[in-house]
Amino acid sequence: MLREISQFYIDGFRSMRVGRKLWIIIFIKLFIMFGVLKIYFFPNYLNTNFPTDETRAEHVLDKITVYPQ
Amino acid sequence: MLEQVDLTQVNWARAQFALTAMYHWIFVPLTLGLSFLLAFFHTIYFKTGNEEWKRLTKFWMTLFAINFAIGVATGIILEFQFGTNWSNYSWMVGDIFGAPLAAEGIFAFFLEATFFAVMFFGWNRVSKRFHLFSTWMVAFGSNLSALWILVANGWMQFPTGMQFNPDSARFEMHNFWEVLFSPVAISKFTHATSSSFQMACLFVVGVSSWYLLKGRHGLMAKRSIIVASVFGILSSGFVAFTGDEAAYTVASKQPMKLAAMEGLYDGEKGASIIAMGIVNNTKEVGDNQDPFIFDVKIPGLLSLLAKRDIDSFVPGINDLVYGNKEHNVIGADERMANGKMALANLKAYKNAKELGDSASAERILVEFNKYRDDMGYGYLNKPSDIVPPVPTTFYSFHIMVILGTLFPVIFLLFLFFAKKGTLQSQRWLLNLGLACLPLGYIASEAGWVVAEVGRQPWAIQGLMPVSVANTNLTTGTVQTSFFMFFALFTLLLIAEIKIMMTQIKNGPEEN
Repeated sequence: MLREISQFYIDGFRSMRVGRKLWIIIFIKLFIMFGVLKIYFFPNYLNTNFPTDETRAEHVLDKITVYPQ
Repeated sequence: MLEQVDLTQVNWARAQFALTAMYHWIFVPLTLGLSFLLAFFHTIYFKTGNEEWKRLTKFWMTLFAINFAIGVATGIILEFQFGTNWSNYSWMVGDIFGAPLAAEGIFAFFLEATFFAVMFFGWNRVSKRFHLFSTWMVAFGSNLSALWILVANGWMQFPTGMQFNPDSARFEMHNFWEVLFSPVAISKFTHATSSSFQMACLFVVGVSSWYLLKGRHGLMAKRSIIVASVFGILSSGFVAFTGDEAAYTVASKQPMKLAAMEGLYDGEKGASIIAMGIVNNTKEVGDNQDPFIFDVKIPGLLSLLAKRDIDSFVPGINDLVYGNKEHNVIGADERMANGKMALANLKAYKNAKELGDSASAERILVEFNKYRDDMGYGYLNKPSDIVPPVPTTFYSFHIMVILGTLFPVIFLLFLFFAKKGTLQSQRWLLNLGLACLPLGYIASEAGWVVAEVGRQPWAIQGLMPVSVANTNLTTGTVQTSFFMFFALFTLLLIAEIKIMMTQIKNGPEEN
């Protein structure tokens, strides 16, 4: 059964024409998104700067209770 | 203080989010609509066994794959931005968004992904019945994915089924079904999907028109046009019905958005709809200037759409900002006072908890709960801050409606001439069909501009303005990532258009 399923995918990928180009684009895009953008430009602000949920909650509460007098 | 928030940085973060969302939405509607058209084409092949229908189905399937491949995962970038640029918001809505997004992952994504490979690779490899079933599952799965995202968006427009927890600073879900079946979520889902069907039909009609203009693949083009036009007409009817329902929902849940959509400053009984108009850009809230330089009105229609009663009162921007006692409209100044009470009590509650004074904390919490529904108003500086950009909302709404009204006429004309057997000689119509392809995208994007610009200044309606949702980063940081996205999206869009055009020029595989 597993062999049949894997063969189904292998044959499918082999018979691709436009699909190969598309897979290359998908992999490049995913690499840029997760390998470059996410790591270097989009850190999770709260997870990076606050170690626990309690400290994150405290920080957000501090921020949202500062308002015009 | 709110005055200390760097609004330049907030606006760059908003621009980045808008850029990403609008780019993502280039691909989504075609996936939603074309998946059903593929299912129709495939079903006809299954029923007739005619190889021409198989060739046709495979051709549109290839264009579907190109669109899907370029667009896939671009929505994840929005999640990156939540964590970096909108950390306060992200933390506060985590409990609400977690459920619908998890449901998307479990039900829709896996349903879609499992049957995707069978749809593409299944020709002559699996039974014809299972292959057709897979194509239908891809269509349902894609649209089910959209449901969960639109439920999350609907919640921001009309927060329901939740309670704010002042200890964790989170909106916690209390009733999943209330969130799922909120009238805003339902109207958003039905209107977004039906308009996506309409857009995909325009795509098929546009590409097929090009073939007929070039005198190529005539039979395939005509068959595609007939199926797409029939689906397009049915979808257009549904778009009109769901659009009417969406406007009715907006009127009751987001009356300021409706007023901005119609440029209505002073509320009135038997309010008119503006069929077309030029907004007076110097008009300010509360002044005596005419809101329009030029307009064509249809009397009573706005009241009918908004309240289902042609003589009913529809509040305008001035009523919602300053209040209108005669019609029981609470002004923003009163709600701002409530909001400031809520925030003062929230701060006092936090201090009491820190001091370990449980009795005071309990007492303050009762006070906070009295005013919490207007919490977001407490962050505003002046009542007129609740007014969204009127010209952008007005023009986007009218572009969407005018184009949405034009499209069913186009579909009807295509069907009429296809039935007469003279479609190929109607070059004016074929050119019009081709021109409607980009117009479908414009209408679809304009709809989102209405939905998102029209609800400003709120990230969460009435509870949190965008300036509070934002992380305090430097403007330069956000600008850098904005321009990086701009470059990446432009490259990907060029790649899609190039690959798509090449594939269209090549046409379907020859037998």
